[in-house]
Amino acid sequence: MSDATQVAAQVATPATGAPKATATGTSAAVPGAQAAPAAVKIVARDVNVFYGEKHALKHVDLDINENEVTALIGPSGCGKSTFLRCLNRMNDVIDICRVTGSITLDGTDVYDTSLDVVQLRARVGMVFQKPNPFPKTIYDNVAYGPRIHGIARNKSELDEIVHRSLERAGLIKEVHDRLDQPGTGLSGGQQQRLCIARAIAVNPEVILMDEPCSALDPIATAKIEELIDELRENFTIVIVTHSMQQAARVSQRTAFFHLGDLVEVGDTEQIFTNPKDSRTQGYITGRFG
Amino acid sequence: MVDQHIVRQFDEELDEMRATIAQMGGMVEQQMANAIMAIGRRDEVMAKRCQEADAEIDAMEDKVEALTLRMLALRQPVALDLRAILAALKIAHNLERMGDYAKNVAKRASALAQLPEVGPINGIVRMGRLTHGIIKDVLDAYSEPNVDKAVTAWTRDQEIDQMYNSLFRELLTYMMEDPRNITACTHLLFVAKNIERIGDHATNIAETLYFQEKGTRLEGLRPKGDRTSYAVVEPPEADEAI
Repeated sequence: MSDATQVAAQVATPATGAPKATATGTSAAVPGAQAAPAAVKIVARDVNVFYGEKHALKHVDLDINENEVTALIGPSGCGKSTFLRCLNRMNDVIDICRVTGSITLDGTDVYDTSLDVVQLRARVGMVFQKPNPFPKTIYDNVAYGPRIHGIARNKSELDEIVHRSLERAGLIKEVHDRLDQPGTGLSGGQQQRLCIARAIAVNPEVILMDEPCSALDPIATAKIEELIDELRENFTIVIVTHSMQQAARVSQRTAFFHLGDLVEVGDTEQIFTNPKDSRTQGYITGRFG
Repeated sequence: MVDQHIVRQFDEELDEMRATIAQMGGMVEQQMANAIMAIGRRDEVMAKRCQEADAEIDAMEDKVEALTLRMLALRQPVALDLRAILAALKIAHNLERMGDYAKNVAKRASALAQLPEVGPINGIVRMGRLTHGIIKDVLDAYSEPNVDKAVTAWTRDQEIDQMYNSLFRELLTYMMEDPRNITACTHLLFVAKNIERIGDHATNIAETLYFQEKGTRLEGLRPKGDRTSYAVVEPPEADEAI
């Protein structure tokens, strides 16, 4: 997938002024505390993905809860990134890729032919493994999306959006005095947070993250993980990760994929203390890769 | 599911942990047998040996603790592995306490050997043997591992409690009948209590093993049969007194 396509996916026409939905059922922050059942944001039913003849994802049924972090784990080639890319139709750009089944976002079929896919990708933003800031200033990186889609009525509103996005991404303190510097001049961890700021500047509802920390050092990783925990108050997050420890740290629900099958999904604590399927247990305990 | 970890050293560490527990369990079994034998045979030499051997059990608990700490820090264990490591830590502690109680029984054996023999000693020895059998079953259950065996042992704790209840009453009666029995019977009261606590710890091991294997707790309260807290024994009538 080219950089331009990745960028295009992140910057899209936003929904006009829709108020942020309040969380109807957030997962309890305190372990063991009783919480109202979470509302379901995305529903996948019998999703199959083919790359030509290869059946990469098989009959996947999965609910993604609102204002929760759902982690997708599994060995290389298991289909987790493929599934992630289904959620905002990034697989559309792969010629030989074919998707069947149903994926709905707030009840609306995302593969409906009448759906504006650009708008979908505004509601469902994406952050990639390798940070990919635009070759622009820090300010312009974040302002690009709101600017081209006319979210801000004037300069001061745009400033406000940029500032708030950088603040929400936990970056403002480090860059507030150099917003006119190139985004590419930041460290890896800062670049990734800039990409997150860029994604949230267009007011998405869901943020997809494909191994967002694999290129980062442990401290940058910890900062991103802390950020993810803060972001879930306002966004629904789906994260693909190779690190089981990361999945255990950041997510409330974990889905284990293996050879194209969704083997098991459950509360993260349950998956990591007492998984139901022996394949899940085998993978997370390091008995097979 | 394949049994072996991809990183073999992790398996070696887990094996070492389990072997240490098994070794510790064997020592506790032996201590229990020796302590009861010392009581039954009024054997002061055996009693002394038993007391000295307890330090070895304490050292094994330290070893288990070091192994589990290492694995928790370095292996980030989850699921079955995590439960097994936590279980080993708890079981090592239970075994250490059982060893202490066996040592205490041995101490009293030395004192009892110097006192006139009293009838309830036989009951104590039977209670000790019963408990020893249950310890053996629980440790076998851990080695295999065998959850059903653990649950069976778990329910048998009631038998120990029932024996304890009746011994308690018997000892009180003996004391009331003849004050010359008081010293020996008081020692035996403590011995009986120690054995009853050993039984409780064996039951805890069974519960921990269940959790290790199943990931859930044993349902229902453990049948607690120790009624001695409520025991009231009337002194015999004057004309029945010896």
